[in-house]
Amino acid sequence: MSKRITIDPITRIEGHLRIDCEIDGGKVTKAWASGQMWRGVEQILLGRDPRDAWAITQRICGVCTTVHAIASVRAVENALDMEIPVNAQYIRNLIILAHAVHDHIVHFYHLSALDWVDVVSALKADPAKTALLAESLSTWKGNSRHEFAAVKERLAGFVGGGQLGVFANGYWGHPAMKLTPEVNLLAVSHYLQALDIQRKANKVVAILGSKTPHIQNVAVGGVANSINPDGQSVLNVERLMAVKGWIDELADFVHNVYLVDVAAIGAFYADWTGYGAGIMDYLSVPDLPLDGKGTQFALPGGYVPGGDLTKFKPITRFGDPFFKDGVEESSKHAWYKGSGPLHPFKGETEPEYTDFQDNGKYSWVKSPTFLGKPAQVGPLARVLAMAAAKHAPTLKYLTQVLDTASAVAGTKIPLAAVHSTIGRHAARAVSCSVQVDELNNMWHRLVDNIGKGDIDTFNKPEFPKGEIEGVGFHEAPRGVLSHWVVIDNGKIKNYQAVVPTTWNAAPRNENDLPGPYEMSLLNNPVADPERPLEVLRTVHSFDPCLACAVHVLDVDGSQKSTVHAGCFSPSYQCEIGS
Amino acid sequence: MRIVVLGVGNILLTDEGIGVRAIEELGRRYQLPPEVELIDGGTSAMELLDDLANCDLLIIADCVRAGKTPGDLLRLKDEEIPALFRTKLSPHQVGLPDVLATLVITHEAPTHTVLFGVEPESLATSMSLTPVVAATLPHLVDAIAQEISAAGVAVTPC
Repeated sequence: MSKRITIDPITRIEGHLRIDCEIDGGKVTKAWASGQMWRGVEQILLGRDPRDAWAITQRICGVCTTVHAIASVRAVENALDMEIPVNAQYIRNLIILAHAVHDHIVHFYHLSALDWVDVVSALKADPAKTALLAESLSTWKGNSRHEFAAVKERLAGFVGGGQLGVFANGYWGHPAMKLTPEVNLLAVSHYLQALDIQRKANKVVAILGSKTPHIQNVAVGGVANSINPDGQSVLNVERLMAVKGWIDELADFVHNVYLVDVAAIGAFYADWTGYGAGIMDYLSVPDLPLDGKGTQFALPGGYVPGGDLTKFKPITRFGDPFFKDGVEESSKHAWYKGSGPLHPFKGETEPEYTDFQDNGKYSWVKSPTFLGKPAQVGPLARVLAMAAAKHAPTLKYLTQVLDTASAVAGTKIPLAAVHSTIGRHAARAVSCSVQVDELNNMWHRLVDNIGKGDIDTFNKPEFPKGEIEGVGFHEAPRGVLSHWVVIDNGKIKNYQAVVPTTWNAAPRNENDLPGPYEMSLLNNPVADPERPLEVLRTVHSFDPCLACAVHVLDVDGSQKSTVHAGCFSPSYQCEIGS
Repeated sequence: MRIVVLGVGNILLTDEGIGVRAIEELGRRYQLPPEVELIDGGTSAMELLDDLANCDLLIIADCVRAGKTPGDLLRLKDEEIPALFRTKLSPHQVGLPDVLATLVITHEAPTHTVLFGVEPESLATSMSLTPVVAATLPHLVDAIAQEISAAGVAVTPC
């Protein structure tokens, strides 16, 4: 008999993500992804000054504050067809990159590694063997026998004292956990080291953004940082040198720990390269503009239909009609009024709530499409586009992660393996490696430009009479983020944010085709419906910006038991922020 | 003595923003010495780890659902906090409680923690507090100021 499990929100503020799966013969046969809360943040913006939108939209999400600020100012600048100083691009790019590196490290180690790593098993590890294994993979300074022994002792203290704290409620001992005690100890040690290293990325954001969380330095027309190499309270040489120091520490960790860990852990879970592909039409956008108008970018992006790199079509500039005209959103299966897919400039957010209807409306998330089809966004889409564009650093790290995983697994893992649950983690590590290098490159670009005597950071925007519209896109950590604004006589007339998690958590669309989460869950194994770890692995691999916990229901709908598990919430308030 | 006053919540969701509003108001109404740091935490989590590490007193202002009357002000200290506030929902839910739990494993937890919670009336999409919660705001701000004074650090009204 098939069984239905529901992964539903339990948070202080109801809402967030709900995943329903029908399970038959130990596999998922049908899946629904449902956003359980209506925000309508766009409504708050109507009638406001477009220059204020970025400060308001960055409050949409707790984790991705900066990304909404960036997409918002880009949308307004695009509507005004204005150019901004290159220093402003470089400073924004540095913030974008530091935020992305922070986000990827935290997602892997602190939000999703525990789907794969059994913390309690690490207590059985031999620190000497762990050190031997670690040294065979990397030269990282934190891989000593002494370090692993100390972590094991600390962990024993927590477990012995019943104080698991952040490690409470895990699926310890679940049959789907496959790592040896030594690999578990290695991963737990790096989990703790990552707690320290992620702070460096945050410091970069804080120095350049004036404040974190919620950067203060962005403005329509540039940034508010004033540059003076010799000044006291501005962006000066001392602060720039501090930023460089943190960038170097981050690069060491990402290249020698994160990328290696993902490859090694992935090798133990090679069977997971066979699950979770789902939608293989991938969408990303280029980012890190190098000129004032956004016609040249450090990192390419575009559309990879069917996962076929030879069919890659790049998106080449801000406002590129290929992107701008390609996006639509359907409300057929979402709790909104209106019929037919609408372009975001014409987007409506008038609610029409029904119950959860399997074949009708069941989500507050709309269903976006690109060229009429669902698309997967995120690090995997980004890495595939960059590989298709023959971006050399991407190809280097992609080869490295596959080679390391192949060596540990003792079998050749092909590129096609990235279209999977574990592949999304590998792609995120590759992306992070590329981004941490770009952080260094961007720092040099900024310093060189200041060295030439250019200290401009802001061009004043002028709003015309009448109606204008613009789109701002940004390749955020979780994928394509776009803000769409219609401005009438200098006031916001319509505003729509199409966020990465909307793409991936989309419900069925106008043609009743499932979205990326829904497709990726099909045929996922589920060993124990009471503890659906495998479902969480696949959902988490997308890095959803949503929260949930698990209820297990019989097919007749009566609740049988409640299981704490669930996705993460970066904070209890975050719905479909990014 | 290092005191951190952290306001958390989402200012786009009516009364959810009370913690952030309290920080803004505290900074406006009182002169604070350098050992007191005000942080608008918004809805962030891991980004706050460094700011919250190694403080002597952490004062948190937040919107808390405790089943009381909207606008009611609640004060909890140290071990009183876990039951209401630090309930872990999942191994993946990184919220403020997780950041505090993480500070325990890194041996950087605050010596003392005080939580001021205000019962919300509405969490609808809006940038203003409801009148009943707005009426509590001055009391919340005064209570935080008193807490700082009680810890031996002088605060003076502007």
